Amino acid sequence: MEFKDYYKVLGVARDAGADEIKKAFRKAARKYHPDINTGAEAEAKFKDVNAAYEVLKDSERRAAYDQLGQEPPRGQWRYQPPPDWDSGFSFSQGGPQQDAAYSDFFETLFRRGADPAGGMGAGRGADSHGRIEITIEEAFTGAKRMLSVRSPVLGPDGSVTLTERAVAVNVPKGVSEGQHIRLVGQGAAGEGAAGDLFLEVSFAPHPVYRPDGKDLYLDLPVAPWEAALGGHVKMPTPDGKVDLRIPTNARAGQKLRLKGKGLPGHLSGDIYATLKIVNPKADTAETRAFFEKMAQEMPFDPRANLGG
Amino acid sequence: MKKTTLHSDVVDMLTLEDLCRFCDADEAWVIELVEHGVLDPIGGTSSNWRFFGASIRRAKKARRLNRDLGVNTAGVALVLDLLDERDAVVRRLAQYEAP
Repeated sequence: MEFKDYYKVLGVARDAGADEIKKAFRKAARKYHPDINTGAEAEAKFKDVNAAYEVLKDSERRAAYDQLGQEPPRGQWRYQPPPDWDSGFSFSQGGPQQDAAYSDFFETLFRRGADPAGGMGAGRGADSHGRIEITIEEAFTGAKRMLSVRSPVLGPDGSVTLTERAVAVNVPKGVSEGQHIRLVGQGAAGEGAAGDLFLEVSFAPHPVYRPDGKDLYLDLPVAPWEAALGGHVKMPTPDGKVDLRIPTNARAGQKLRLKGKGLPGHLSGDIYATLKIVNPKADTAETRAFFEKMAQEMPFDPRANLGG
Repeated sequence: MKKTTLHSDVVDMLTLEDLCRFCDADEAWVIELVEHGVLDPIGGTSSNWRFFGASIRRAKKARRLNRDLGVNTAGVALVLDLLDERDAVVRRLAQYEAP
């Protein structure tokens, strides 16, 4: 278990007052909120910040935490709380309302005894929510995934155990980011029907395509003569190669639309190809001679519009 | 580990009741989101509103911003609009920064 220095997490001194802690928490929560900060670290940071505040805002917990002392010296990797570190304190149950697990550190110290079943047994089972990441290619073909789902199960004697199940998920073709897939009856069990499992679809970052709803954006490299003369080029798409007409005297940055070639569905999206003019290298005597000939014979000043 | 294979469907066209259940929110909150233009269902009155699937993500985001940061509905509407704008700008920027 890794020791978490909650004061460091919030960037406050160990003797910081309650107001200061609240202020630091609010600032950090805004900064690292995963809906606002899209950085890879944000979600973990946000959890740490919340766990830190959960402990430090409560004088009882904060006093108990302070007794734990400092981070163990370097080289000592695993943190073990001293025995009876919490003697003399009694924690009110629960902790954060969201059932997100903060960290082993938090769970071990502050959430023992919390009821893993939550409100289980009261009627219909709760819905579960998760995420599923697919590639853009899979959005064209559909995808299959095995997910392992952990859910609490109420035994006949009232005891609760966590069971793990493998669930096969069929992601139908034509899904786009932010859509939800529902798996009926795969949420938490209840006295009545089990809840449903909802999976929010997201796309793995793609080296070529940038998705926006059902549309796909990409940069299409073209040679200077293709841009100048126009004509047809073959362009690969997730759905196979297409023939794309480049207009005569095309400019770099010009956007060409391929209607209906974006993500499939009832209303298919489009592909937007942004032209990018790429020069061949002048690395042989022949190509050098060719470029020199162009330089001599073409009256072209690329800086004509700069003035001066 | 027990293995289950099952039918799955993409959620689209939800009623107010569905949306509340999927986002774990109460009706008053969702109605407020509609009144602030955060969600844009089709249909005239709340009883025959139909929400698009993408509303789930937006409503969940709104819920989290409200719960985690204490932002009120008008603030949530503003934040979500600005986030949309930022995402569009980031996408445009990616076009120019692409190698």
